[in-house]
Amino acid sequence: MEKTDLTGKSESPEARSDSFLSKQFSKFTEINKKYAKPQITMTPMVRVALLGLRIYLIVLVLVLVYKFFTLIRT
Amino acid sequence: MNYLSRFYYQYRRVIKALQLYLLIAGPGLIVMIADNDAGGITTYAATGAKYGYALIWFLVLLGPVAYYVQEMTVRLGAVTKHGHAEAIFAAFGSFWGWFSLLDLSLVNWLTLITEFIGMTAALSIFNIPPVITVLIVIGIMMFMVVQGRYWTWEKLAMFFCLLNLVYIPAAFMVHPSVGSILQQGIIPNFPGGLTATLIFFLMANIGTTIAPWMIFFQQSAVVDKGMGKKDIPWGKLDTVLGAIFTVVVAIFIVIVTGTVLYGMEISSAAQASTAMMGTYPLVGTLLAIGLFDAGLLGAICISLASSWAFGEVFGWAHSLNKRIREAPWFYAYYFFAIITAGLVVLIPNAPLVLITLFVQVIAVTLLPAALVFLILLLNNEEIMGEYRNTTVQNVVSIAIVIGIIALSTLYAFSVLFPELFA
Repeated sequence: MEKTDLTGKSESPEARSDSFLSKQFSKFTEINKKYAKPQITMTPMVRVALLGLRIYLIVLVLVLVYKFFTLIRT
Repeated sequence: MNYLSRFYYQYRRVIKALQLYLLIAGPGLIVMIADNDAGGITTYAATGAKYGYALIWFLVLLGPVAYYVQEMTVRLGAVTKHGHAEAIFAAFGSFWGWFSLLDLSLVNWLTLITEFIGMTAALSIFNIPPVITVLIVIGIMMFMVVQGRYWTWEKLAMFFCLLNLVYIPAAFMVHPSVGSILQQGIIPNFPGGLTATLIFFLMANIGTTIAPWMIFFQQSAVVDKGMGKKDIPWGKLDTVLGAIFTVVVAIFIVIVTGTVLYGMEISSAAQASTAMMGTYPLVGTLLAIGLFDAGLLGAICISLASSWAFGEVFGWAHSLNKRIREAPWFYAYYFFAIITAGLVVLIPNAPLVLITLFVQVIAVTLLPAALVFLILLLNNEEIMGEYRNTTVQNVVSIAIVIGIIALSTLYAFSVLFPELFA
């Protein structure tokens, strides 16, 4: 089956990846390059949602860190 | 004669529709029934023991909630032919992609440990040592995938789904009062008022209804099964039936523990099963079998959700239609997750209670992101075309997602800071 992107367009052969241990580390760079540009249109709704998510996660991480240190102290 | 031919025509139509459904059926049913995993069974058993039949109405409400979220994964998978992890990478870039993938693998691995805790506790009731249980589970999970056929895996998984129905005969065996169930369970009410304990139980029940792995699992299963746009109505039907099954099973568990163990403090399903052995040995046995099955079904789906996600992103061959030598990394990850999670349970004095609590907190870091991405993707016309969310679907799903995020976050806070909810 031909590999396509989310909108159904064919992916370039360079974008496809192999699956051998020796190539796994370079895979990270390859994946970062492949997905560097988000495909979704950055509408105001998308921007607000992503900003909300970032704030939510930062608060959650701060709460977890606080809990971790209070646990250690006790 | 005319009547007979019309009847025969209708009969053939129904049979053909049923045959088609049986071909398409699978991902929706499996994900929904696997949702009643070891943690879910414990939550329902504890809810029944604590509040009797009084919260049955709430469980009924959770069916549509689960359906609305999971139905979106069917459309997204069938239209894009990508799993959820790959879809996040492609649509939102590598930052959100890595965050989702790594968080998913951590949450899933920790959840796998809780499934093993449930399974070992269930079989220990039959004096089977944990090490044997872990070996049995690994053996079953290996057997399920070694055939290299999605179809075989799916049908075996559906057999385990059927086994999940043992709670229904168990409920009949304890002779509950139908009048009391209808009287106490159908009309929405908050037994004893909206206390902190009741809110905790409501949040725990919501927490077991939608888990991050379910979103990733069903979308990947839809893709692996090869479902296309024309199969979406069948995929939705499959998900509806799954949602009905999951609610029915949850209700029958509440009926069992609400009838026999009402007033007891239950901290695990295995404890409920042991307590039941004194008065209803057969029911206790069925509960233990059900708990083992629930843990197994959860483990099967959770480990696959992670393997599919990694396979999609790393470009490994990642299909159950491939044999182990054709998709070595996909299966390597699958077995790595199962074996390591099983080994953790075997470590003497491992902090299993802490792990169980930790899962609930870590899951909250991923669930909102997975749900928000789902809604954003389902609203993108370029990606979804005519299958994008309608206004009504958006209103319902956004309300559900906001509710789930708020309540699951509250639940995580109640686990982290129980003194705030005392």
